[in-house]
Amino acid sequence: MALNLGKKAKLLNLPQLAVMITLLAALAIILAGPLACLFSKAFMDNGGGFVGLDNYRRYFGTPALAGSIFNTLDISLVSAFFSLCLALAYAYALTRTNIRGKTFFKYAALAPIFIPTIVHALGLIYLFGRQGLITALGFKLEIYGRTGIILSEIIYTFPQAFLMFHVALETADNRLYEAADSLGCSPATKFLKITLPGLKYTLVNVFFVCFTLAFTDFGAPKVLGGSYNVLATDIYKQIAGQFNMNMGAVVGTLLLVPALISFLAGGLAEDRSTLTAKSTRLRIKPGPGRDAFFFIFCVLMTLALAALVLSLLVGAFTTRYPYNLAPTLDNFKFNISTGGLASYFNSLKMSGLTALFGALFVFIYAYMMEKARGLPWPKKAGRLLAVVPLALPGLVVGISFIFFFNSPANPLNFIYGTLAILVLSNILHYFSVPFLTATGALKKLDREIESVAESLNIPKWKTFLQISVPLSWPALLEIAMYFFVNSMVTVSAVVFLYSPGFKIASIAITHMEEAGDFAQAAAMSLLILGLNLLVRLAYELAVWLNRHLFLKRKGLP
Amino acid sequence: MKFLEVKGLSKKFDGQTALDKVSLSLEKGELLCLLGPSGCGKTTLLRIIAGLETADRGEVWLEGREATFLPPARRNFGIVFQSYALFPNMTVRQNVLFGLAQNKTLDRAERERKADEALEMVDLGPHRHKYPNQLSGGQQQRTALARAIAVSPAALLLDEPLSALDAKVRARLRGEICRLQRAMGLSTIMVTHDQEEAITMADRIVVMNNAVVEQIGSPRAIYEQPATPFVAGFIGAMNFYSQAGGLCAVRPEKLEIDRQPRDAESLSARIGWVEFRGASTRVYARLAQDGSEICVDLPTERADQLTIRENDRVYISVAARHVNRYPAAA
Ligand SMILES: Nc1ncnc2c1ncn2[C@@H]1O[C@H](COP(=O)(O)OP(=O)(O)O)[C@@H](O)[C@H]1O
Ligand SMILES: [Mg+2]
Repeated sequence: MALNLGKKAKLLNLPQLAVMITLLAALAIILAGPLACLFSKAFMDNGGGFVGLDNYRRYFGTPALAGSIFNTLDISLVSAFFSLCLALAYAYALTRTNIRGKTFFKYAALAPIFIPTIVHALGLIYLFGRQGLITALGFKLEIYGRTGIILSEIIYTFPQAFLMFHVALETADNRLYEAADSLGCSPATKFLKITLPGLKYTLVNVFFVCFTLAFTDFGAPKVLGGSYNVLATDIYKQIAGQFNMNMGAVVGTLLLVPALISFLAGGLAEDRSTLTAKSTRLRIKPGPGRDAFFFIFCVLMTLALAALVLSLLVGAFTTRYPYNLAPTLDNFKFNISTGGLASYFNSLKMSGLTALFGALFVFIYAYMMEKARGLPWPKKAGRLLAVVPLALPGLVVGISFIFFFNSPANPLNFIYGTLAILVLSNILHYFSVPFLTATGALKKLDREIESVAESLNIPKWKTFLQISVPLSWPALLEIAMYFFVNSMVTVSAVVFLYSPGFKIASIAITHMEEAGDFAQAAAMSLLILGLNLLVRLAYELAVWLNRHLFLKRKGLP
Repeated sequence: MKFLEVKGLSKKFDGQTALDKVSLSLEKGELLCLLGPSGCGKTTLLRIIAGLETADRGEVWLEGREATFLPPARRNFGIVFQSYALFPNMTVRQNVLFGLAQNKTLDRAERERKADEALEMVDLGPHRHKYPNQLSGGQQQRTALARAIAVSPAALLLDEPLSALDAKVRARLRGEICRLQRAMGLSTIMVTHDQEEAITMADRIVVMNNAVVEQIGSPRAIYEQPATPFVAGFIGAMNFYSQAGGLCAVRPEKLEIDRQPRDAESLSARIGWVEFRGASTRVYARLAQDGSEICVDLPTERADQLTIRENDRVYISVAARHVNRYPAAA
């Protein structure tokens, strides 16, 4: 038997095993280590003694704190509901009607992704604040507090909801609609009896996603909250204001609850409808009345989003809105005290490094999970580990990183307060979506290519570099772009981790806003937006060039 | 000494048996076909032989040495996969060269010569600078073949190499693979689910079903003396009937039709319908004794002679040596 095991070991590819274990260990350390610290802190007192549920009892016993839970639930439910309705109508317009300008509308809907959530709030202040552009027209809205946060969360969650609905509505089983037509069903009946039931899993998922995003968002309540407390601002006050790490940890664990619930409900919401081979692109019938209605709706939505960006433009390029509207570039001369232009370049550096290392790590990780030979259990564990970050709000990543890396006992303590920890937290925070993108791209490659290469004695790294990587360029670029754009706009994870010597742009914006420098905040937001759009454009261009210069020539799709 | 021997291989996937105590051998220079319905474990067997999959139990021996745990590269097999698995971002020639590049004993010029030689052998010379997606299915198949033979493998493993092609191309490539295999004297294992392919190409056939080997033998032996009812039914057309507590099987072309009983064993039947098939004519008839249906292939000349029509009464007879008998299923 021992002899047999020895022989079996020969078939085990040792370098492959080593890479696999390294990757799993790396992710496990930066994922499980901090989370374990978070949970242990929630059950400890300041001195580190175990106190059981005492912290929770104290939390729920403090009316001001417990009230935050209700506030958070309130804004999350309301904003998720509105976001869902608006996104559904918008996606419906772009997939099931004959309106013009679909491409334009599609990109317009994605605009909020490219700016920090804090800026959505800033835009709302410019529009509805005491000196707001819309307030000046005589339309009064109390933007500080519940209403403002809800509006801001709707803007934040709308693009995500829209994308999910867009995917779901793009394909449909045409025969169902034809059958309904032959039975003489009205459009309303068809929508209620065919379209909506086909969407029920997407509806549930969209609601959960929007709810969770709003539940854990930090940017909007930070700017607009005022005395309206939510969990995300509580956690910040506990940690950054009162240095009460244990209470912070308690709130952190509470932030995980919606993701946990949606994970458990995920089994229920999984799409089991059989929209596959027979689903075809829907033939859209003419309907001028319907088209007019949805066109106007899309225009209004786009205008609302454009107003946001427009207000930033006005704020950034005028001397002192609303008192002095003379055009100026002075707002781009940032005060050093709030971060200065250096913070912008710091952000650029951090996002660039996140994109580079994140894309490398994710792609190699996904490659091993998809293409390594054998090792079914490490693969299963690896895939599970890779989707956990999907459930982690940035704030939780941030505080659990403090607990983990700030501990003097941790040999990795030296990265605390450096650029490395910011990059690491971003890679972890945004790991799951790129992992799924990479896995999807790799799944499309012939499974047997690895077998052929192995039988021809071609080393695995060579197959990886010369076949898998060249064939996955678009996915790799997409992943890098995703990391970059998100790192440029993120506040929640890094707000606990940046060091005063290395401030980044999204944090600088919060400080400008705190200092009342709205114009500079708007200017900085525009710089971020501009860069993100540029990166997106570069990505589209690279994909286009790749297709037309290389793929077409090789007969590839 | 056999070139390759497989002894008692068993393999399970998540509790589901893919191979159950499979044994077979391959002589030097022989073309062996693994034949069986889809899902019976042929690919799994081939992958274990190639070293790309590990068996739960059993051994693989290569030229008298145990190779059960030898890594795939050290077994020196040329493999053609069902999907061909060509590298889509490389030209036909680069595909072949990429495999050759691992042979450090050859210099660049020699590798290129070997690649071009292999491409000539499969008639792909003119297409060597094209990319896989610019080739027809047959050309892609031949590229995979060239890549496999270019490295001068000790044996060739082919997994359903022709199943993705249309009938005409398939027939032509069948001959081409046989010619190449004979010319190079390559020991070859070819997986197929197409019985005609197996019968026309193989020196010997291994018939598999449900993870077990049903029979191993020459195409003729498999056709004429199928060892089990499954083999009898899987290959060619076959009439089954129960007799004396056992199961009997007889090929349609071994049956005779006459207007008068030939001997005491001849059975009375009524013609159902007649199907003209070119050189032969297939006659479906219903036996008078139990109403079971039976089909008979006659040379068309003989059918013309008999001038049979639907509903005619005829007599069907068969020589005892053409009847395969099996014990009744328990
Ligand atoms: N990697 C695998 N994981 C799980 N089941 C497998 C795997 N490969 C093959 N099987 C199962 O083993 C059985 C035999 O498969 P295969 O060898 O591919 O059959 P064939 O090539 O004869 O069609 C099938 O039931 C198949 O589903
Ligand atoms: Mg197969």
